[in-house]
Amino acid sequence: MSVVTDSQARSEEKIRVTRSRRNVAWTGIGALVVVVVLALFPYIVYSGTTTIMVQAFIVLTLACMWNLLAGYAGLVSVGQQAFVGLGAYFVLILAINGIAPFAALPFAVVGSGVAALPMWWLVARLRSGYFAIATWVLAATVMLIIERFSSIGGGTGLPLPGFTGWDPTLLTAYTYWAGLAVTVVALASTYLLLRGRLGLVLTAIRDDEVAARSSGARVGLARMLVFVIAGAGCGAAGAVLAISQLQVQPAAVFSVQWTAIMAFAAIIGGLGTIEGPILGTIVYMVLQQTLQSYNAWYLIILGLVAIAVALFARRGLWGLIDDHLHIRLFPVGYWLWTPESTGRRGLGRRGPGGRGIGPRRGGKHG
Amino acid sequence: MVWVNAIIQGILTGGLYALFACGLSLMFGVMKVVNLAHGDLAIIGAYIALGVITITHIPALWSFLIVVPIMAVLGYAMQRTLIQSSLDRGALTTLLVTFGLSVVIENALLQFLNADSHSLGAGSSIITKSFSIGSQIQIAYLLVLIFVVAVVVLLGLQYFLSASRYGRMIRAVADDREAAQMSGIDYRHVFGIAAAIAFGTVALGGIAYGMYSQFAPTTGTDTILLFAFAAVVIGGLGSLWGTLLGGVVLGVAQQIGAQINLSYEVLAGYLVFLAVLVLRPQGLTARKAQS
Repeated sequence: MSVVTDSQARSEEKIRVTRSRRNVAWTGIGALVVVVVLALFPYIVYSGTTTIMVQAFIVLTLACMWNLLAGYAGLVSVGQQAFVGLGAYFVLILAINGIAPFAALPFAVVGSGVAALPMWWLVARLRSGYFAIATWVLAATVMLIIERFSSIGGGTGLPLPGFTGWDPTLLTAYTYWAGLAVTVVALASTYLLLRGRLGLVLTAIRDDEVAARSSGARVGLARMLVFVIAGAGCGAAGAVLAISQLQVQPAAVFSVQWTAIMAFAAIIGGLGTIEGPILGTIVYMVLQQTLQSYNAWYLIILGLVAIAVALFARRGLWGLIDDHLHIRLFPVGYWLWTPESTGRRGLGRRGPGGRGIGPRRGGKHG
Repeated sequence: MVWVNAIIQGILTGGLYALFACGLSLMFGVMKVVNLAHGDLAIIGAYIALGVITITHIPALWSFLIVVPIMAVLGYAMQRTLIQSSLDRGALTTLLVTFGLSVVIENALLQFLNADSHSLGAGSSIITKSFSIGSQIQIAYLLVLIFVVAVVVLLGLQYFLSASRYGRMIRAVADDREAAQMSGIDYRHVFGIAAAIAFGTVALGGIAYGMYSQFAPTTGTDTILLFAFAAVVIGGLGSLWGTLLGGVVLGVAQQIGAQINLSYEVLAGYLVFLAVLVLRPQGLTARKAQS
């Protein structure tokens, strides 16, 4: 992905632009190896472990989507649980009508993405805090509407049909692979999107929205795309959730806790990087597993850590790693090599700040 | 007659929603802070009231004399520390921090207290009694009282903002922070004062809710924050009287919804909110700025 890679670039006067400071060819292979090893897990480990891994996959997919929203498009949505719930209900509705839950998963993803369109139309005008609470109200409204339909369980929900006669071990393994597939697709498509035109537009918006608009960047369209993609991604996570829980309860799948979890994982790991949500998910899972016997403590601690990170380490844990080691596993920005320097980041996502964290405006505006 | 009753009840509960909403509206108008922990702070106020009543045995109605100052001090302290330092880092950080705070407060209440519901002053006659007009309309004294308190708070706030020295400072900072700073105003202190007032009204809202209904740790976000926000948006951003109108419209919509089918109560309110969002995004009162 380098603009100039030939040997001329090494001559004194040339400037080189590469995707990353270090050669990242190995990360592609590394990622493949990780995915293959993870895919073999059901053969190696106990089903208890894969069940925990499915939780991690759900959290990672959600965090990845929330990162796309808040870290790249500057949209702080507190209503993503609407899509988690919709994804779960799509699977339930299709399963009731005789479609196997695993086959229903892709439909749930598409359905959630389509459902995001009218919701976007409702909230598109709003910014920052108003967007946040309006999406929250919207999620509450979606839940209240779904609870009206007694054929899909009303206010209490229903167990997920379609698994009668399945061997539990096999079901656990299939659920695991579905979760893994959803996560890999979510991460890969985020990576590809951000490397492409959308990523460029989002970076332009983050740096200066007015300038981006006047240069012809379609700001509204870019944000809408991100909202729809995030809706589809959260729907996918919700579908996996429904399959792994084997039941769908409105209060559980539409809980604002889902948004809290995805936001905390993304913030702690680092908004505005693809690696951040992965790291954040690991932190989340470790805390959740160690403190699970202490009820709500893990959410209290996660919340406090997230507040501290938002205030004092705005690029999260991955930002700290990146600052010291200059590692990008998924480089979506550019690295500028000038003759004088050994490499200086130029066009990339520099971001303490990512787009919406917003430029520091000491006293310049006004 | 049942519809007249629904509308009267709706207007009166609108006072409660306006009480929730005016703190949210004030903080947005002055600091441009959308406080996602708003509802949980109201619940903290209700729990403090519960504690104060249990310890001192003062009547529930008068607990605000102790709770409001506590919450006001808390508001000033929080604004000067947590909220100000997140404001310095931008709008996104403020949202992340207040959302984090909301989740932390809710789960801390669940962890340290419990998920039980409580109510305030169930034994007091003013809180539980009601009077009737005709045979079908029953009006609780408490709801009338809450509505009056809401109007008094809004009137007081209006007067404070337009006539007092600190009110002028708050408006000056809200209008143009740098010009205000050049005239020698310490905007951080002014923000602190505004937050103290907002938290004071939040405490009143929390106590009123505790007497009107039952509260639990999750009530803060489930109802108070979302209702307050809906009232603010329906009424129009930044206008205090719009907030009252928004609260009343929300209350009437909910009561009419409940009259059709009890389970439509909350949904009807949200649908009106969404309709306003689509049809009249500037709110019913189209004034842009406060004051």
